[in-house]
Amino acid sequence: MSAKQKTRFEVLGKPRRRVDGRAKVTGLTKFADDIVLARMLHMKLLRSPHPHAVIEAIDFEKAAAHPGVHLVLTGKDFPITFGILPVSQDEYPLANERVRYVGDPVAAVVATDEQTAWDACEMIEVKYRPLATIASSEEALATPEPRIHEHGERGNIHRLQAFEFGDVNAALAKSDHVFEDLFFYEGNTHLPLEQHAAVAAPDGEGKLILWSSTQVPHYIHRALARALRMNAAHIRVIACPNGGGFGGKCDLHNHEIVVSRAALKLGRPVKICLNREEVFYMHRGRHPVLMRMRTGVTQDGKLTGMHVQTLLDGGGYGGYGAASTFYTGVLQTVTYELPRYKFDACRTFTNKPPCGPKRGHGTPQPRFGQEVQLDKIAETLKKDPADLRLGMIAKPNSLTANWLKIGSIGLEECIRRVVALSDWRNRFRKLPAGRGLGIACGSYLCGAGLPIYWNKMPQSGVQLLLDRSGQVTAFCGATEIGQGSDDVLAAIIAEVLGIDPYDVRLVTGDTGLTPVDLGSYSSRVTVMMGHAAIQAAERIREMLAEGAAEQLMSIPDRLVFSQGRVFLAEDPSKGMSFAEAVVFAETKYGTLGSVGSYVPPRAPGRYKGAGVGPSPAYSYTACVVEVDVDQATGWVSVPKVWIAHDIGRTINPVSARGQVEGSVYMALGEALMEEQVFRRLPPKMSGALVHKFPSMLEYKSLTSLDMPEVITELVEDPDPNCPFGAKEVGQGPLLPVMPAVANAIYDAVGVRIDELPITPDKVLKALELKAQGKNPRVGPEIFPQVPYPEPMYVAPPWEGGDGNETPKAQRKPEGVAAS
Amino acid sequence: MNAVRMTLRVNGEEQEILFHPYKTLLEVLREDLNLTGTKHGCELGECGACAVLVDGQPLLSCLELALECEGRHIETVEGLQQGDKLHPLQSAFADLGGAQCGYCTPGILMTAKALLDQEPNPSRERIREAISGNLCRCTGYQQIYESIEEAARRMQEGA
Repeated sequence: MSAKQKTRFEVLGKPRRRVDGRAKVTGLTKFADDIVLARMLHMKLLRSPHPHAVIEAIDFEKAAAHPGVHLVLTGKDFPITFGILPVSQDEYPLANERVRYVGDPVAAVVATDEQTAWDACEMIEVKYRPLATIASSEEALATPEPRIHEHGERGNIHRLQAFEFGDVNAALAKSDHVFEDLFFYEGNTHLPLEQHAAVAAPDGEGKLILWSSTQVPHYIHRALARALRMNAAHIRVIACPNGGGFGGKCDLHNHEIVVSRAALKLGRPVKICLNREEVFYMHRGRHPVLMRMRTGVTQDGKLTGMHVQTLLDGGGYGGYGAASTFYTGVLQTVTYELPRYKFDACRTFTNKPPCGPKRGHGTPQPRFGQEVQLDKIAETLKKDPADLRLGMIAKPNSLTANWLKIGSIGLEECIRRVVALSDWRNRFRKLPAGRGLGIACGSYLCGAGLPIYWNKMPQSGVQLLLDRSGQVTAFCGATEIGQGSDDVLAAIIAEVLGIDPYDVRLVTGDTGLTPVDLGSYSSRVTVMMGHAAIQAAERIREMLAEGAAEQLMSIPDRLVFSQGRVFLAEDPSKGMSFAEAVVFAETKYGTLGSVGSYVPPRAPGRYKGAGVGPSPAYSYTACVVEVDVDQATGWVSVPKVWIAHDIGRTINPVSARGQVEGSVYMALGEALMEEQVFRRLPPKMSGALVHKFPSMLEYKSLTSLDMPEVITELVEDPDPNCPFGAKEVGQGPLLPVMPAVANAIYDAVGVRIDELPITPDKVLKALELKAQGKNPRVGPEIFPQVPYPEPMYVAPPWEGGDGNETPKAQRKPEGVAAS
Repeated sequence: MNAVRMTLRVNGEEQEILFHPYKTLLEVLREDLNLTGTKHGCELGECGACAVLVDGQPLLSCLELALECEGRHIETVEGLQQGDKLHPLQSAFADLGGAQCGYCTPGILMTAKALLDQEPNPSRERIREAISGNLCRCTGYQQIYESIEEAARRMQEGA
């Protein structure tokens, strides 16, 4: 029997200590900064104090002559650009002629110790010629010159995207109601507790080893080979366990390239560990996004069409921005039935640290808008917002308007559970003033369908090595960032082979030893690595079964692998230990090994741009938040959160619950306090744009005293596209929390805060407006003119589309008439 | 600046070290004694990752000069385990999801140890207060509270 068909599990679903749990509590987990090598030197980066300037000259003679300094590098040592996406190769490891944000690295010093390197950095004299600074998307649109980059669409617009799936204007025109709202979601940052660190060293053969706190060793390996112009076979990237990632360790970072070059040049190990201020400058976090949403509904609460426009403030470089831009548009369709959909997206360059992927990558912003708008729709239609959502959930095994293929959907059960647990029916709109409940839902990818560079190869590979002692070693490129990927790998192999997960030895995240896995992002690891692990484990299980069957004079199909034994299904006393089975198989076949790999199914969309959004499966979440609003101070506290997540199948409930609760925690920070914001210095001090709080103390996040009780429910609706049905759990549960907070504040005090974070000043302002009898809403008032292009038109599946762009001439008359 | 010589008592063992007097206790533990179990998230006293016990009290090792620790009893995460036996806090954190990425864990374990040494059966509220200076970006804290409560139970059963 194939292990995939198993319905009763020995490992999956049982609460367990994660396989790397002991190392984490003994201090033995080796993070990148814990690596100490003989003759190791230390590197520091000199960073730009200007948000936008031309570098006219760099004088580092004094620094180079400083005692203890071994090397000084500048932009001249790095003539070629890099970037994580093939379409955005716009960064220099050290700034070449221009700096584009405060913190852009300009020079590097390698010295015997950190203090000496810092001291020498201060001796470097850089002559800057400041340029006009662009502080926001609005300024970027209004200021085409000077251009921050020569690439991009035009002026300071980096990307423009526009897609239309069915004639949305016609759908809105026929709707009973059309709702139009503006929302703004401020940028925020990952704030992993571990500051980024990297150690580079030449090995005995002069080849490069880079240990780094990275989520994506394979992408770093590729990009590093290009940036250093080196044979990739001479580079080995080892992803150390990350002290939290949340998307902040997905880019190839300047320091990773520079420290590698320094180690090769000096022929000895070099380490860099960023300080907290530098981590804020490096950022790559949540994009600030302004949104306009126009949504049509019928009187009985069905969506008819939706038009979403987004404007992203991308910061100083491209990074993952092209993908982030797509993600502000593509996933609005997978939660509720939506017959027609249109989105226009624009990303601008500004002189701020570059933005990129953070937990939920590009989707929390529109999700906030969509779910708050649904609350307003329910209010107008006089419907309970939970019922409104229950009445419009997308159908399982369906296609969306933009040609995404949905598998299982456990959302209805999720909504029912949080409604029941929070006693929603008896409490919503019935709590005393100042107290309120809000509901919202969300959905997320279980892995991006396509890799970031075009290829048709597997997106995850697992290799198994068995030796005659019975030892099972699994090799996989997946990266442990704290989410528990090592535990998932061990659990799945153990389940298939009927052994204890703690008996599986793991080698992960090492491009020199492990098969490629694309990395820990887009919630892809459980699904993609899980499939590869099942395949590898089943292949080796077949060999073990053949060998054991011969000994037991039976056939392989009759054998059961369970609790470290291999035995006959009809007579468990006839069997052998797992280790004995390995011996028989090695005797029969020779050295034992197997591989497994996974390629996601081909997505049905055929139009150009259909590559972002498809996923093997989608996870679903529903959340109810209770708030307490102090009407004198505007302070919002959250006493309790109920959240139900459709996880497909739970691998380890302890880790899964931790992912959900950690998502709630991070989401509450984004909802109420976390913001990466900037201010201009006074003109006499240069007028430069500087980071308002590049420190942990002032960048507010929840402490244990702020964190509410969270009631977590895991809903299991196994998805046939997922390993044992298991979906993601690391990102999806973040999505509904922010809008649920905003909706709860409306229930509590009757004001709408249409922008995040919802800080006390905004609540007070809205309460004041309410007291004056004005529209009690705080949020963006104006959406600027954005030169969105003519959208690509793709007919939805139910309007005769084939997944390709529909040329204008072939559109249905109704669409033509309305446009 | 000239290096100074000093004896530091860490996890019950006397260690003679030669170090620059401007170094913090955090730096001396990690760099001079190779006790990298103690972490750092800010070096400014903001995150709690570097908490160790000095004479039984939690202290942010990034804010303390090593020079000021002579003769004092320093405990780090490396000293929690007795022989092959994990401290009840360690086993509870590992079992119940108190550690996700594990980076804040050493600081929280030490802070929790000081709490349980003084109050063997603290309320949830006391636990929340005790660790409010230790940031964790992964867990949302609930599994940390549960781990500390479970450790308290195991310690009382063991006693």
